[in-house]
Amino acid sequence: MKVTVLYFARLREALHREREIVELPASVTTVAELRAWLAARGEPWAAAFAEIKRIRAAVDQSMAHEATPLREGAEVAFFPPVTGG
Amino acid sequence: MTVRVQREDFDAGREIARLREGDPKIGAVAAFIGVARDLNDGEAVDTLTLEHYPGMTESALEDICAQARRRWDVIDILVIHRVGELRPTDQIVLVIVTGRHRGEAFAACEFVMDYLKTEAPFWKKETTPSGARWVDARDSDEHAQARWKETDSR
Repeated sequence: MKVTVLYFARLREALHREREIVELPASVTTVAELRAWLAARGEPWAAAFAEIKRIRAAVDQSMAHEATPLREGAEVAFFPPVTGG
Repeated sequence: MTVRVQREDFDAGREIARLREGDPKIGAVAAFIGVARDLNDGEAVDTLTLEHYPGMTESALEDICAQARRRWDVIDILVIHRVGELRPTDQIVLVIVTGRHRGEAFAACEFVMDYLKTEAPFWKKETTPSGARWVDARDSDEHAQARWKETDSR
């Protein structure tokens, strides 16, 4: 399964990138599994996902939970808690 | 229902006039303007840069307004949120709610702001004399949003 991953704010800066397209193994089917898989690739993902607190996720532009399933071609975003307004 | 994400400033008076135009059912207009302060967490703020998630931002704001409309019998809601670089005293966000009576208008306006603070994908970065820093989310904002959920279960 191929998904587009977007990063915002502090996480985008820590990773030095705002998007990447990744091909996932069959074992990665949820937001939590994707996050663990990204971090397992090593630096800078491992440190960024470990150090930035309360990272939230969206799938196809809707707020997601750890168990939210992924689909082929999904747009998955990771970001710190929002601070608008 | 109108949602706009823009770099440009806004004129609250003009937006209120537009929203009220020709609607004699409106008996109340509640408006909130969020403004950039010159001090945050004890440090002077020179600039404030707002990043957002294009596409999701608009749909999140529309969803928040739709939730408000389901909860209260309001007539219309407008939200304008700025992005890009701002300075202290600059306007950041405008929420206007029109309704028949003030109760619904006040409540819906506060609800929209409380949800915007915790659900809409905006992030603030400020520059201070000691460097640039991302603004941390406040627990008080989550508590403010949680109040509305408690009201739900009553």
